[in-house]
Amino acid sequence: MSETVLKVEGVHTFIGQHHILQGISFEVGADAVTVLIGRNGAGKSTAIKTVMGLLPPSEGRILFRGKEIQRRKPYEIARMGIGFVPEDMGVFSGLTVEENMRVAMLIEDEATYQRLDRTLEMFADLRKFWKAKAGNLSGGQKQMLAIARAIVNDTSLLLIDEPSKGLAPIIVESLIEVINRIKDHSVVILVEQNFSMASSVGDNFYILDDGIVVHSGIMAELVHDEELKSNYLGISKVGG
Amino acid sequence: MAEIILRRWGGELAIAGAIALFLLPLLGIPGKTYLTLTIAGLAMGMLLFLVASGLSIIFGLMDVLNFAHGSLFAWGAYVGFTVFNLMMDWVEADSVLMNLGVFAIAIVIAMIAVAILGIILERVIVRRVYGNHLFQILITFGATIVLVELISVFWGPNDEVMTVPFTFRGNWDVMDVIVDRYRVICIVIGLLVYSVIKLILKKTKIGTIVRAGVENREMVQAMGHNIFLLFTGVFAVGAGLAALGGVAMSVFSLQVYPHMGSTYLLFAFIIVIIGGLGSVTGSLVGALIVGLSYNYVAYLVPWAAAGSNVIIMIVILLVRPTGLFPSGE
Repeated sequence: MSETVLKVEGVHTFIGQHHILQGISFEVGADAVTVLIGRNGAGKSTAIKTVMGLLPPSEGRILFRGKEIQRRKPYEIARMGIGFVPEDMGVFSGLTVEENMRVAMLIEDEATYQRLDRTLEMFADLRKFWKAKAGNLSGGQKQMLAIARAIVNDTSLLLIDEPSKGLAPIIVESLIEVINRIKDHSVVILVEQNFSMASSVGDNFYILDDGIVVHSGIMAELVHDEELKSNYLGISKVGG
Repeated sequence: MAEIILRRWGGELAIAGAIALFLLPLLGIPGKTYLTLTIAGLAMGMLLFLVASGLSIIFGLMDVLNFAHGSLFAWGAYVGFTVFNLMMDWVEADSVLMNLGVFAIAIVIAMIAVAILGIILERVIVRRVYGNHLFQILITFGATIVLVELISVFWGPNDEVMTVPFTFRGNWDVMDVIVDRYRVICIVIGLLVYSVIKLILKKTKIGTIVRAGVENREMVQAMGHNIFLLFTGVFAVGAGLAALGGVAMSVFSLQVYPHMGSTYLLFAFIIVIIGGLGSVTGSLVGALIVGLSYNYVAYLVPWAAAGSNVIIMIVILLVRPTGLFPSGE
């Protein structure tokens, strides 16, 4: 593997009384899209929320570029260069698209405005609805806005939680294209249940089950491993 | 059919209904008295807005039930009272400039002093109970007791007379309608404060972040903003607004007393519930509804004045449980 950007070591996370992550470990390299996959309730979203500092781990270490971040606040982690796109997109509905982007821009300098321009080239609809309330956007446009906010800063690691959820197949296609473009500038960790999307953008994978990593490897191999897909992802070959 | 009419003409119907309700008291009140009561109601509404807006922003952004808000209001009144006493020459001077000067100085000093008190309160007490409403109620109620007792220690337990600046006294007679001078000043202050708050929330980055925080605190943090610093700032601003309300209200009611906060805190909570949590416009509209209805009902059915606000609140909650202007709208 190339230089390790993120290393999660034996992390345990509780939500209330529930022991969700039970010693999860994984590594993310600098030149790949890593996908966390698994059934509902396997702990995928909890894992990236824990990395983002939104859920405090009770045990274990999380290292970002060699620095421990498991005790840091979410805003400190974000300022280190980690972007986050939550499952519900986290768009501020009462704010305009412009205001959403403005909240996201941590520094309003020349470089950020250049990134903003590049981002708006990628998401043309956002420029079109620049002054519109984000709450009035379609599901796909909201997802674009959520991703645009996360990459407008100098983000070196992007955590995206189930971006294809609830979106039409044609929108998912354009999302795949977007993520493939983003990975040229930023390391991506993707939580995804849609195996088609996961396999289209992912280079490496980790399968989570009951809060631990049960398998990991190269995505190209998983695509052909019917047994693994059937056992842990509930995907069966038609007629097989 | 009714649904289609409501969808198509809902806004216009609401405005027509509001105007009809606003004019309804004319059936039982002579025209000139109605105008006098309306000005009194607007002034009272604006003063209540000053108290409620801070409470609403604190509740909306921080999800904190701050029962100590009333005592911060009382502290503001007492600091203003002290400034007035120290600058009595300016208060009693027959000069609009000097009167406005001492009033402005009292407001600024009260706002700064109470904002500092608010920061201490948030850092020492409120921060420990984020996310737990029951503890918030208990601990801020406890803080209220301490703050009110401290007023008694520093200024004494008795009611004190608040002197009205010389040129603020008396009335104007506008075509036989009696217009109290200070009430007009209160209306102007209220509109000014509302405009400044809206301007900050709409046009500045920090205001936009606060509005975003009212919608989704977790996301604001994940975008790199120190929400706790924001909380402290908002709490300080809320406390400052309470102090402004305290100074203005004490001149309006001609007195200060240690427990004055609890009287107005009840009004403030009713206003925040009517207007919608976290909405400044909601607070303004709610405050005007409360101020106007209180004055109209107090004239028509004096014994029902206090209860009328609670009835309005119940009706609005039944029709629109999130208040008239839920945050984000």
